[in-house]
Formats: sequence, C-alpha cells, structure tokens
Amino acid sequence: MKWIQDRWRRMRSFNRRGVIENGLDEEIRFHIDQQTEKNIRAGMSPSEARRQAHIKFGGVERTRVNTRAEFRLPVEDTLRDIRYGARALRRSPGFTAVAALTLALGISATTTVFSVVNGVLIKPLPYPDSEALVGVWHVAPGVAGVRDSWMSASQFFTYRENNRVFQEIGVWSAGTVTVTGLAEPEQVPAVGVTFSTLLALGEHPAIGRGFSQQDDMAGAPRTVILTYDFWQRRYGGDRSAIGRSLIVDSSPRQVIGVMPAGFTFLNIDHALLMPLQFDRAAARIGQFNYPGLARLKPGVTLTEANADIARMIPMWLKAWPEAGPGIAKMIENARFAPALRPLKQYVVGDIGNVLWLVMGTIGIVLVIACANIANLLLVRVEGRHHELAVRAALGAGWRRISRELFLECLVLGFLGGAVGLALTLPALRLLAALGPSTLPRLNEITIDTSVVVFAVLASLLSSVLFALIPIAKYAGTGVSLALRSEGRTSSQSRDRYRTRDTLVVAQVALSLVLLVSSGLMIRTFLALRAVDPGFTRANQIQLVRLSINPADAPDPRQALAVMDDIRERIGSIPGVSAVSFARTVPMGGNNSSDMLLAEDHAYSEGQLPPVRRHQFVSPGFFTTLGTPFVAGRDITWSEVYNLRSVGLISENLAREMWREPSAAIGKRIREHPQAPWREIVGVVRDLYADGVSEKPPMTVYWPILIEKPWRNQIQIERSVTFVIRSSRAGTEAFLKELRERVWSVNPHLPLAQVRTLEDVYRRSLARPSFTLVMLAIAAGVALVLGVVGIYGVISFAVAQRTREIGIRIALGAQQREVKRMFLRYGLVMSGVGVAFGLIAAVAITRWMTSLLFGVSPLDPTTYAAVSLVLMTAATLASYVPAHRATAVDPVEALRAE
Amino acid sequence: MAKEKGDLLQGTLDMLVLKALQLEPMHGWGITERIEQWSDHILQLGQGTLYPALYRLERQGLIRSEWKVTENNRRARYYALTPEGRRQLKDERSQWHRISRAINLVLETTLE
Repeated sequence: MKWIQDRWRRMRSFNRRGVIENGLDEEIRFHIDQQTEKNIRAGMSPSEARRQAHIKFGGVERTRVNTRAEFRLPVEDTLRDIRYGARALRRSPGFTAVAALTLALGISATTTVFSVVNGVLIKPLPYPDSEALVGVWHVAPGVAGVRDSWMSASQFFTYRENNRVFQEIGVWSAGTVTVTGLAEPEQVPAVGVTFSTLLALGEHPAIGRGFSQQDDMAGAPRTVILTYDFWQRRYGGDRSAIGRSLIVDSSPRQVIGVMPAGFTFLNIDHALLMPLQFDRAAARIGQFNYPGLARLKPGVTLTEANADIARMIPMWLKAWPEAGPGIAKMIENARFAPALRPLKQYVVGDIGNVLWLVMGTIGIVLVIACANIANLLLVRVEGRHHELAVRAALGAGWRRISRELFLECLVLGFLGGAVGLALTLPALRLLAALGPSTLPRLNEITIDTSVVVFAVLASLLSSVLFALIPIAKYAGTGVSLALRSEGRTSSQSRDRYRTRDTLVVAQVALSLVLLVSSGLMIRTFLALRAVDPGFTRANQIQLVRLSINPADAPDPRQALAVMDDIRERIGSIPGVSAVSFARTVPMGGNNSSDMLLAEDHAYSEGQLPPVRRHQFVSPGFFTTLGTPFVAGRDITWSEVYNLRSVGLISENLAREMWREPSAAIGKRIREHPQAPWREIVGVVRDLYADGVSEKPPMTVYWPILIEKPWRNQIQIERSVTFVIRSSRAGTEAFLKELRERVWSVNPHLPLAQVRTLEDVYRRSLARPSFTLVMLAIAAGVALVLGVVGIYGVISFAVAQRTREIGIRIALGAQQREVKRMFLRYGLVMSGVGVAFGLIAAVAITRWMTSLLFGVSPLDPTTYAAVSLVLMTAATLASYVPAHRATAVDPVEALRAE
Repeated sequence: MAKEKGDLLQGTLDMLVLKALQLEPMHGWGITERIEQWSDHILQLGQGTLYPALYRLERQGLIRSEWKVTENNRRARYYALTPEGRRQLKDERSQWHRISRAINLVLETTLE
C-alpha cells in the first residue's frame, strides 16, 4: 500500500514537475537571501554576506540534483539516459555506423537463418493439432537391404478396423497423371489417398465435398479433388467446376471438391487428389507400397501406438492371403515391427542437421560481430575516459555511469536490430533462391511473430554481450586513478590491454572454427564432385518423361511399340547419337525395391531373401548414359519383344553374389518364388542412383516389358523417362524438335520433367552445395571480422604507445625492431587464438560428421591449411599498423604530450 | 555520497526536521535556523542537504507544503507536519531515547 502511495505521489509530482522545479529554485533563492540578510545584520558587507550564505548553503546545483532525485520516476532517468546515449551516438557517426552495421549484418544473418529453422523445423505442420499426427512405418531388422517399410493395403484395412489408438489412419501414394480435355495435354503430379487420409490430416475441401468411404470402394464412380492452384489455373476459379468431369489418364473423373488455398500434402507437390480405391479381394500380405499416416487419439503416446500396432501384426498375418507362398512366415522371421514417428519428421527429413549447423555457424558470426563492437566500444570508452572520470569525481555513481553506457549500447543494439530485421526479408528471398529446391516446407518460411521476437532477443542479448565488457572494465574501477594518470599519458598497464587482447583471441579462435567447418565442407564437395557417378557428360543427356495411356495402347506390347516408335523418331533428330528409355534415371528418385533370388543360392525356409533395387530399362540405356559393361552384353530388342527371360545386374551385386562379374554371366535369378528363372546376360558398372554421397545400390535391371506368368500378366512400365544423348541437349531449338517428334506419334502426349541429366545430378548435390555456400559466407565474414579485430587492436596499441615508440627510437631502437615488436604482438595473439580455435574445432566438428563425405572431421590438411590462411591474414593485419609505428617521428611524439 | 561536516547520523536529519516543525509551519531557512538554535549552534547543517530531506518527507506524506507570503512580503514555501508526521515524530523520539540511553550506558560504564 505504502509503495503504491509513493508511486502515486511521484506520478503526481511528475505531472507538476515544472511547477515544483521552478518552486525549488525560488525556494533556494529565498533561503540564500534570508541567510544573506542575516549575515548583513551581523555586520558583514553585502557581497561578503552573500558569499558566506552560499558557503553555508553548499552546492546549489548539487542540492537541486539531489532534491530532484526525490521526486523523479526511474523511467525518466532511463529516458534521459537513452536520450543521452542516442546523443552520444549521434556525436560519433563513424563509430555508430560501423558498429550498427556490423551488428545489423550479424542480426539479419542470424534472423534469416532462424526464419528458415523456424519455418522448417520449429513450426508445427500446417494441420490442426498436428502434434497428434504420426507417420506409420515398419522396420524389418531381419532382412538385408531394407531400411524402412511402408504399409500395404491389407495392413490399412486391419489397422483401420482393429486399432485402439488412432482417430483415423490413411495411406497415400504419389505419382503423376495425364490430364487431357482442357487445352493442352498436361502431366501433373497427383496423390492417391484413401478416403480417411484427409480426415486424419483434419483437412476438408474449401468448396464441394471430401472423399467418402463410398468413393474409395473398388469399382465406385471415379472422383477427383483439385488443389486451389490447379482450380485457378485450369478452371479460372469457376465454382461450376464442381460436378464437371476431368479426363485423367484417359478416363473421366467427377470433380467433387477444391482444397483450400495454401493446402499442402506433406511436402508432396500435387495438383489432384484421387481415391486409391483398394480392392479388398485383391489385398495381400506383402506389397508395402504405401506410406501411411495417422492421427493419434488425444493422450495416446507413440509408445502406446507402437504397442497397439505390434498387437495387430499377428492379426493381420492371419487375416489375409499371402502375396506369395511363405511370405507371412518370412515377414515373421524378418522381425517385422512398427516404428511410428512424428509426421513432421517424415516431412522434414534430416535437413535439420544442415539447418542447425548453419544456425550455429551464423550464431558464432554474431558473437564475433559482438566482440568486434565490444572492442570498438572499449576504444570509445577509453577516449571518453577523462570525461567519465570527471563525472565520477563530481558525484555520478558508477551505477549511474554504467547505466548510461548500457543504455547507449542498448540504443545501438536496437538500431542494429532494426536495420538487421529490415534486411531479413531481402536476405530471405536471396536464401530461397540460393537454397536447395529440395528444402522441405519452403513455402512455410515467413517472417512471423517468433522471428521478430527472435530478432529483438538477439539484439538485446548482443547489446548485453558487448555492453558488459566496457562496463566491467571502466565503470567499476580506477576512476580516481584515471584522473591522475590522464595528464601525461603513461605507458599503459598490461591490464588495460588484456580485455581487448582476450576479445581478439576469442575472435580468432571462433573464426578458425568456422573456417575449419567450411574447409571440411569444401573438401566434402570436392570429394563428391570427384566421384564418378557411372554416367558420362551428363550435360549432353536430355531427359523427358512420357506416359503411354492404357486407353491409347491397351496391350503392353502395343505400348512398347509406341515407345519404340517415339524412340526412333527422336533418334532421327540431327545431333542425337543415342536414345533409350527406362522406368527412372539415376538420382531421379521413383525407385523400386523387391526381393531377389538366385538359382545357385540356397534360402532357408521362411527366410526373406535380400531386397535389392529393381530397375526396368530398354536396350541401349547404358550405352546412352555412357555406363560401360563390365562383363557380358546388353539386352536386345528382340529379347524384349519376345519376352525372353533375361536381365542385367550391377557390378557390386555381381561381386557380392559371385565374387567376379564374369562369373555372373549365365547365372539365373528371379524376383519372385513363382517367377521363371531369368538369365543374367550382362554386368554393368555401378551407378550412383541415390546421389554420389550414397553407396551405389545393388541393382538388377529387367527389360521394360516383362512377363509375370504367375499373375498371368505381361507387365510394362507405362511411365518412362527417355534418355537422349546429344550435344544439343537443353537448347530451345532441340526441345522444339523433340516436342514435334513426340507429337507426330501422339499429339495428346504431354512432355514432363524436361531437363538434362546434369540438372538431376546438380539437384542431388543441392544440399552439400547449400551447406557449403552458407558455411563459406559465414566463415568469410568471420575471417574479415577477425582480421579487422587484429588490425584494430594493433593500430590502437601503436596509437597509444606513440610516446613510448618515440622514446625507443630516440634512444636508438631500429625501425625494424619496433616493427617486429608490434608484429610479434599481433602474431602472438593470433597464434593463441589459432591454438584455442584448433582445440574448439576438434571438439565441435564432430557434430558435422553426418554432413561430411570422403573427409574425416579431423582432416589434418584442412586444419593445417586453415591455420595457415588465418595466420597469413593475421600477419598482414598486424603488419600494416606495425609498419605505421616505424613512421613515428620521435620529436613529434614527445612534443605532442 | 561523501559525508558532510558536523555530519548527522543517517536518518536523524529527517527526525530533526519533523521536530523543528512540531510547533508551527516554517520555511526551509527557518528550519535550519531553528535546528541550529535549539542545538546551541552545535549542529551546523550543510543547508543544502535540507531540501532533499524536505521533498522526501513530503513524498512520504509526513509533511505537507504550501506557498505563503512572509512578513517581509516575499513568497516562501511553508512546511507543516501532517498527523502521520506527528505520529512518526513520536515513534522516532522514543526510539531515539532508547538507543541513546543504551549507547550512553555502554559509554558511561566505568571500568574498575
């Protein structure tokens, strides 16, 4: 209560402030007049009387200040000090500009990277209660070659109908479809979903309706939901699109809804959503072709959900027929088990490694920037030392002075922060342009409240960081000492340098850590570039994806004939040296894996044979890519058309199974226990199909047209990528001719994913190159700041010690010796910094291991090279001011005092 | 803050001001005169120190002030005790008596 009253009275007096202050002056005048009169009455002369009155009263100004302190709000003090700080900063625009700009760069870099971290890693997925969403995965530790396993249709039915932990569970499958009937034919990405998938995400169409269980039944009328963008683009946002029919892959589908603008399906680019329409009667055990996602019931944990699925796996194995004999047994032996994960983890993947590394790196740059500013401040406070000492002697407490210094730094901090935040938006655009297009959730990166809060906190923290050092150094101690020593500049005590030296050493050490990290990234990048991916001159390989619709060519052989026709026509384009096609291209994704059995290998009962990559190719595929045959020969067109049971395998697969590639020729393999044995006719060099940083997968290559007698089916890959070798690849004229040739066969055939293999290869390197660029920028800035720090300290030391240098030279010191003295000073500092930096780098770079390739985090070459670079830079930075020291004229130096 | 000559114990100035105002409202100079007088000119106030004390006491609600015209026709600010100020004075006096008696007892103890 008392406290409130006090506040209130102060507030009131704040309002009446002017009145009171005038009153105080009048009161003091009155007081002194009274005393003067009394002195006159006592017989003094009027002037003496007034003098004595003043003496008796004491300092008028001091009384005023002390009295005012009794009725002032603390806020006023702060405001005044902020004004004072701002004024002090305005007085030295050079210092302010350099310090604020340094900080602005640091803050904007940190904030930019934080916006990315925030958008990608921190923000929840853009679905209601997204924490409850999980990705449904399985692991099978008992089988070679399998990392994670998706779900099968049969599992979807079992889990959905018997679980106790999910509100809803669904599966999905991404692919591309051909849309015709609206202007030009077009291939668009589409996602097939069970009706429950959108319900699990908690998303509903903005107009129209969502999928019902009815829509998802096998044989039900076909429906489709459009994304907002597709609806805008192809229907001009016309609401009457609902109910119309859209020709998808040559068959009509009824448009039943449009998703809201901004809806994303995980990180899957898509234009259409369609029901998967699983056929219960055809569902089998095996065929794990669908990623699953589910929404947990409130309060259910991942562990409980895993336990529930583990409970349902035996039920599932009992309830459905096997896809092949003994598969249920094999799955049991494979120790098939659930491994649910937060859905976000699926979307984000392992990009977190990179982003946190970049975030940490940029944070270090900010710390270095702060150290630089602290050093500038020290110089500045040093310059104002006399002023501060006088004020301290006049009664300003150190608390007061440090508050002023602190608020000055705070003003500086917010100035830098504001400029930094303003720079963040353009920086974010730059980063988006620079960043890998494979970065998930790219569209969710924005400057939101948490980013602004981050920027404010970063500025605040930085201000505190660089304010504390000069405050600790000067406000606390040695004020009277300063006054005494200020008259004649004495040689400075070591102590006054120590803080600045420490800051520089820390800067050098941190710069070294960053330089080592980016050095390791450079080595990684070089190592990746040095890997021979298995194909040659990728910039001369044109890719284009085509899909032959069942409606256009119902018979698989017919479809193959269409592809072959296209192939021949493309081959007649001038400058084309080879054309072929395959299900997918190296590094192009869209991989498929299956088991692989060999005739001369025994597989114990109920043991799942190893799972290998299966790829489907036309003859000439490897010749077009420039991938050599290690043994044997290519498959021939006649073998393909005649459904001969032949295949090719990769070198590493051949070595694993038969030691020697040549030994594999003539061996027989198959992909299914009921498949006919297929003869290996050739072994090809390994292809880095998952990117050069991953081991080449062991792969079996089947003809694009292949017989599956146990399914009574001839299988063809209807969506294939054409691989065209030509020195004209990628040019406009070439692409025009390419389109004409394709459309001369079928004018409704859309060309998708038109790019060169080089593009695909670059894309596979997008992440390491992004990491490299970010680290290189950070390290570059750190190096510059570190060098500026060393330069500044040596220059300052030279300036401060001019008198000493003058004496030395006057006493006969050689210029060389003087120069060497300062050079040594700089080198000792950077040497110590490098030493600490090396220790820190050894400790820190361990965290980078997962990002490195072909280089150890303790790579001695990198460490040595970086230390050398840093020491060279430090030498140069010390040399310039050291050289200036020799120009000191002893007469001038001594007279200047 | 450095100590004044003839320094008063911390807090005693406030008490003396309250005491000085016990009889009648007075202006600042009057208060210093009265304290000097009553103390037989032993307590020589650094007069400037009075004003922070006056403002402090007013803020604490122990005294209140108003502008009046003196007999010499000059404007001056007169301070007067509030009821709360009177209570405070009483409390402080009894407190002072207890403590000074205690200190005297200690100091006057004759040692055999």
